[in-house]
Amino acid sequence: MEASEMSTQPGPAAERPATRARGRRAGAILLPLAGALGLTTLALLSAGVSPLAAYRILVFGAFSSPTRFSDMVMLAAPLLLCATGLTLTFGAGLYNLGVEGQLALGAIAAMLPLRLWPELPPPFLWALCFVCAAGGGALWALLAAGLRLGAGVNEIFAGLGLNFLASGLALFLVLGPWRRTGSASMSGTELLARELWLPTLGTLRLAPIAPALALLALAVAWWVLARTHWGLELRAVGLNRAAADRLGTPANRRTAEAMAACGALAGMAGAIQVLGVFHQLIPNISSGVGLLGLLVALLVRANPAWVLPVAVAFASFTVGSVQLPLTLGVDSSIAGVLQGALVLFALLARGLSRRGS
Amino acid sequence: MRQTPIQIAALLLLLAGLLAACGQQPAAQPTAAPAAPSADPAAAASPAPVVGEEYIAGMVLVGPPNDGGWNQAHYDASKYVEAKVPGVRFVYIDKVNAGDRPNVTVEQAIEELIAQGARFIITNSAEFADGTNTAAAAHPEVYFLHASGDKVLSGEAPGNVTNLMGRMEYGKMIAGCAAALQSETGKLSYLGPLIDPETRRLVNSTYLGAKYCWENYRGQPADSLAFKVTWIGFWFNIPGVTLDPTKVATDFINEGSDVIISGIDTTEGIVEANKATQAGKTVWAVPYDFQGACAQGEAVCLGVPYFNWGPRYAEIIAAARDGNFESRWEWIGPDWSDINNPDTSMIGFVKGPALTAENAAILDDFIAKLADGSLNLFTGPLYYQDGTVFVAEGEVADDQTIWYTEQLLQGIEGQSAP
Repeated sequence: MEASEMSTQPGPAAERPATRARGRRAGAILLPLAGALGLTTLALLSAGVSPLAAYRILVFGAFSSPTRFSDMVMLAAPLLLCATGLTLTFGAGLYNLGVEGQLALGAIAAMLPLRLWPELPPPFLWALCFVCAAGGGALWALLAAGLRLGAGVNEIFAGLGLNFLASGLALFLVLGPWRRTGSASMSGTELLARELWLPTLGTLRLAPIAPALALLALAVAWWVLARTHWGLELRAVGLNRAAADRLGTPANRRTAEAMAACGALAGMAGAIQVLGVFHQLIPNISSGVGLLGLLVALLVRANPAWVLPVAVAFASFTVGSVQLPLTLGVDSSIAGVLQGALVLFALLARGLSRRGS
Repeated sequence: MRQTPIQIAALLLLLAGLLAACGQQPAAQPTAAPAAPSADPAAAASPAPVVGEEYIAGMVLVGPPNDGGWNQAHYDASKYVEAKVPGVRFVYIDKVNAGDRPNVTVEQAIEELIAQGARFIITNSAEFADGTNTAAAAHPEVYFLHASGDKVLSGEAPGNVTNLMGRMEYGKMIAGCAAALQSETGKLSYLGPLIDPETRRLVNSTYLGAKYCWENYRGQPADSLAFKVTWIGFWFNIPGVTLDPTKVATDFINEGSDVIISGIDTTEGIVEANKATQAGKTVWAVPYDFQGACAQGEAVCLGVPYFNWGPRYAEIIAAARDGNFESRWEWIGPDWSDINNPDTSMIGFVKGPALTAENAAILDDFIAKLADGSLNLFTGPLYYQDGTVFVAEGEVADDQTIWYTEQLLQGIEGQSAP
């Protein structure tokens, strides 16, 4: 809002561009924050809840005990992997809505070595799980890329379709061949043997491998995007596909590579869900982490510098919100309202500032 | 673009400081919470937060507390305990399932309740068995009751966990009998949740009750009774994951079934039967779990078998508070002197308005036979669907054989998932 006001204000010609740019930048930050907080506050007030008390729990709740902090980290890790992958596809100008399915396929692929060779030494088995998961996710993403490049199906629709297929496959496996003996339930496969769970810090549920892997992935993706020729070409394809292609960048190849890389990272997030969070395959194994990752990527405009803080913030909102019904009697879905509103207003602010310029 | 992260970080810090400062004051506005929390959630983690004589119990519900079924029966039981055991106050987390709260595990829910000061935790779904055990191992100072579970029986539960279940088999036999007495088409249908030993033995019990009454009171041959089960895949509808119970119920009706017996947590069966009846068909329903479930369709309700968890919960929680907790696997039947006594009977059956007076009298006769032990429907010969023997001729099934039922019985149409 401020951006557009600034741009209409008359001022000395020399000052104008700088002021305008600064105003737009402030607007791009303030509008989403103010808008999202305003909307969430309205929702809270209509529920008869003190907004400040609710925000306090949403923002700080996840940091109020080691247990909650662990849960936040274990949600932030797969979220970070998905969001990191999505910065690559957004960088290449692709809307990879299939990230949920890629995560699910990764989880399914991670189950394969667990079921086939459970007697292998756990560290070796975990490595195998992550490799399989990355492969499964990448394969699923390449299917979407293939549909886009080969058949001209927009990757948004290809991804959505493949999401349904992946969730159908998970359902089939949970209810069919991989069901618990003597039962058939959507609640999931048999729990993994305790020694196959990713090792945790003491009695906390925090498995350090998960955040370590996610941070490493983020660092690598950042470096690749910012510092390598491949990253440059990727961004060129994202900015203007036809021009990049004509200037000799293999656009199709880079598209497929970006999708595969994102799929591999989402697949690894799936392996974390199986090995470190749920310790079984459940129908909703993604638990919405892929979609949340899309929100993160949309909010940070695929800028890797922002992925970590925003992913941590979103994970904190989600984990903190569990306390809301207990302490304030308000439903925890308010975290979703805040997350969604932030993205909505960020997109709005971007749209306005683009118009302003 | 480079300096913006610092700007936002500053903003966030500012906001954070603001919230922290404001949060220190007591919340001025009244909230929907039942009572003011005893302490800040973070501070409550310290052991033994005794506030006067208050004893806080926590409950993890798989569905909403007003589902008209399984979860409402548990929620009402917690209110019963609060009324009967002085000083007990309950805190709840509801809808702990992958559909409603995809990122919340049962361990996480339990941690939150303990952070609220809970020293006794009830978890109410078969799916919570492993999570309850894990949380119990991490919190030896807290007592746990896993309702419907059997990990104490199988020896997998830590010493601070106890199991409790009602012998709903009797309630289901009565339900099946009521259905068979009233049915005109002889086509009964059972809206099943997921498949496990518990749900199989409840379907079998319903079938045994229906078959007995069909043969002995109606004078019909057993093979003229059709009994079909369709499993939706979970305790209640999760869109996109389970079958839609509303659709399953309408399918039953379209196939000519005139009694829908529910085995799921929620009330779609009776709701759809009521709709069909209002549209001119004749379809009755036998809901499940919750004493008040007939309210969803009085005109078609033949009766409801229900759980009355309150009395035993009250005893167990009072004992735990006094330091006399015992880890047991309990499977408690009705109080046969009055199955609807709210203070003594764990399992009850309320006859519905749609059951004719004549059938109600017959049903009382059937209940009397179950009560005095002259009729035991788990008497052999009984065969599983694949023809193997469940109970041999002349024998009576023992508790463990019934508890771990492996298949549906011969005569039932539906999946067994052995």
